[in-house]
Order: sequence, then C-alpha cells, then structure tokens
Amino acid sequence: MEIPYAFQERRDTGLTNGKIGIWLFLASEVMLFGALFASYILIRMGAPSWPRGDTVLDVPMATFNTIVLIGSSVTMVMAWASLMRRQFGKFRMYMGATVLLGGVFLVVKYFEYTHHLHLGEYPRTNNFFAVYYTLTGLHMLHVIGGMAVNAYFWGPGAKLYKTNPVWFTQRVEHSGLFWHFVDLVWIFLFPTLYLL
Amino acid sequence: MTTDHAAVTSDHAAHSGHDPADIDKHVRVYITVFVALMALTIITVAVSYLDLSTPMAIAVALFIATIKGSLVACYFMHLISEKKLIYAVLAITVFKFVALMLLPVLTHSNGYWVPEEHTPPAATAPSPHQ
Repeated sequence: MEIPYAFQERRDTGLTNGKIGIWLFLASEVMLFGALFASYILIRMGAPSWPRGDTVLDVPMATFNTIVLIGSSVTMVMAWASLMRRQFGKFRMYMGATVLLGGVFLVVKYFEYTHHLHLGEYPRTNNFFAVYYTLTGLHMLHVIGGMAVNAYFWGPGAKLYKTNPVWFTQRVEHSGLFWHFVDLVWIFLFPTLYLL
Repeated sequence: MTTDHAAVTSDHAAHSGHDPADIDKHVRVYITVFVALMALTIITVAVSYLDLSTPMAIAVALFIATIKGSLVACYFMHLISEKKLIYAVLAITVFKFVALMLLPVLTHSNGYWVPEEHTPPAATAPSPHQ
C-alpha cells in the first residue's frame, strides 16, 4: 500500500510527511544542543577561572572551518536550486562539492584534535576541554551523518530522480535542512568556544 | 528526463511556491547571503581582537552569531516563506529553548548559586531529646 503524502502535500497543512518530519527532528536537535549549551553556561559561570578560547584553541583553523561550512551550505542550497531548474548535472556537481567541503571540515578537525591530544589535552584534563570535546564532537558526528545522507543522494539515491523527480527534489531539500542546521550550530559554537 | 517528469516537476514547483522562473532570483539571494555571512565571520574574528570587557565581548559575539544564524534559517532553510504548522512547531521549540537557556542564568542571578567559600555553616538542628 502506498503511504499517503509521501511527496504530495496535504491540503490542510500544505506539507508532506518528510517536511514535517525533518522539522520535528530539527526541533529535537535544538533541545539536544540547547541542553549542552545550558550545561556549558552553568559550568563556565560556576568556574573560579576560565580560559579565553583563543588562548587555548586555534582560531585561524576554526575560522577556515567556518568559511568551509558556510560554503558547503551555499553549495547545498544550489544543489536543490539545480533540481528545481531540472539541471541534474549541476545538482551532481553542487552536491559533490557539499560532500567534499564536509570532508575538508573533518580533515581540519582531525588536525585540530590530534594537536591537542599530542599536547596531552584530553577531555579529562579540565572542564574547558570536557566542554570543547563534547560540543565539537557531537557536532562532528552530525557532520558525518549529513555527509553520509548527502553522499547517498549524490550516488545510489539519485536513481529516484528518474522515476519521481519531485520526491527526489524534496528529499534533497530535507537533507539540506539538516545540513544548514549543522552549519547554524557551528555559527554559535565558533564564537562561544574559540573566541570568548 | 521524460516529458511527464518535467511536467510533474514544474507542477510541484508552482504548487510549492518555487516557480522555476523565481529560482534565478532565489540564487541571487543565496549569493548575497553567502557574502554577508563571510563578512560577518570576518567581523566576528576582528571584534575578538578588540580589548572589550567579557560581558561586552559575549554580547557582540552572540549578536553577530544571531544575525548569521537568522540569515541561514530565513534564506537557506526557507523559513522566511514557510507553512504555518512549521512556525507553530518552531514557536514551541523557541519557547522551550529560551527556558533552557534561562535555567543557568537564573540560577546565578537569583542567588541560588552559593560559591563554596561563602557557604554558611550548617545549622545545627536541636536534638529532639534535649
């Protein structure tokens, strides 16, 4: 039996199952990161002293990663726009660029983590590094998850375009919403952890 | 792509408010937002080099981050022209998120947070046998 409103919009809400589903999921993600941000504020306000992020962390590296992630958000939205214009070749190019930029972000993060670990700065070292590894680690897991979904739509998942281009375009829009959310979280993580 | 698929796509595009003719306009907006986000990122880093007091530095950094986040949410995530039900879901989320953020702040400002060195000595309860 075909599931209703998989790609047709409901008349009452004007939404598909996927659209409402991804927004409910993102709402739960806001609360997940919100709880960690609240914990960070509580720990920092209660600490007798707290290092400024730029005295301990690598700001140029993180700035570069911010630019990479914002760039990937643009390529993601361009991938969706390409599908709306029915330009599948361009979609492939932009989606491939999005996945690659996600990869660049992870490589930079790898160098950042290994640098701190070589200096003996582990999550157990102090509260600052506990917060740093927890927040950036959870964010990194989201980047990996988003990359996996985007890579699927770039590769095998793109078959759907041949049989149902509307549904495929919606799926790309939904994975894009998640990717932009990941970018949005980083926009707040960057100043709060690295600059303040 | 077959003609049928093209028809389905254009029908969907028109129905969802994303007419292919409007996509070019959308793309120009995306590029403008990208430039704005880059500029704001540079401003965020530049401001961190100024010798601002900690509360002022936090206020400025969060203000710029909020503008950047709003640009991403409004234009890349299309929240500027979304359906009512999505706004309703997000209104509940924002309310609960604000409550979550207020928890640690109120804990301090209401004096519930008692630093260890100022903890008053525990009151000795009178013994019921005295």
